[in-house]
Amino acid sequence: MNLTVNVEKNEKEYVLALSGEIDVYTAPRLKEKLLPLTKEKGTLVKINLEKVGYMDSTGLGVFISALKSTREHGSHLVLTNLPEKVFRLFEITGLNEIIDIEEKVRGGL
Amino acid sequence: MDKPFDFVEVRVPAKAEYVGVIRLTISGIANRMGFTYDDIEDLKVAISEAVTNAVQHAYHENDEGEVTVGFGLYTNRLEVMVADHGGSFNLQEVKKDIGPYTSDQPIENLREGGFGLFLIDALMDKVEINNKYGVIVIMTKFLHENGVEQSDDQISTTQ
Repeated sequence: MNLTVNVEKNEKEYVLALSGEIDVYTAPRLKEKLLPLTKEKGTLVKINLEKVGYMDSTGLGVFISALKSTREHGSHLVLTNLPEKVFRLFEITGLNEIIDIEEKVRGGL
Repeated sequence: MDKPFDFVEVRVPAKAEYVGVIRLTISGIANRMGFTYDDIEDLKVAISEAVTNAVQHAYHENDEGEVTVGFGLYTNRLEVMVADHGGSFNLQEVKKDIGPYTSDQPIENLREGGFGLFLIDALMDKVEINNKYGVIVIMTKFLHENGVEQSDDQISTTQ
């Protein structure tokens, strides 16, 4: 019941590989790591959710505030490799319409 | 009203790190009852949302309280009650603000914490809120006929 956030930096791009569970306990630390990266103008922040075994509205909240920050600072947020059950939450809430989601995987962990 | 054939109650400190413990409990109980994998995932999210609300409420009130979760196991459904023993809120007020995001709304209006109750409503079959004594959320999920039947080899650990 924890979340590991692995950050890789290429030139104008950050790739965050998340592994574990995103809930009320782990979301604040994810937000702490993610938000500063969205404040650099022109950067692409890519989040790989392939190894996220659980997520709820606290995770949606983190991505909403990251999205707001990208609009404010001229950066871009992309979510990739969403497990089906994680993608479903974006679909139910309609957030898949505004957050850039690259591709999803079926099943997942 | 029919009686539950089993009732399980779990009480945890109103702290974020215990929400995952409740998730493990609901997962075990729902699996035991024969819910499908997808239904178990729905239950995990819905119950976590309710417990998260209770935990956050306790945090804002500086209340070192507890959250009580009751599981009523019926032959055709699971009822989950989540009670925080803090203050109460007005359901009508809360319900006014929930709903999916539609693309004609500006994203500035999106509230980070705005989707919890909406998800509970979307993922469970029935949701009731009683705020007579603190806030109690009662959520029901029915066992569908095409779900996996409970079989002998799923019963264990009590011998």
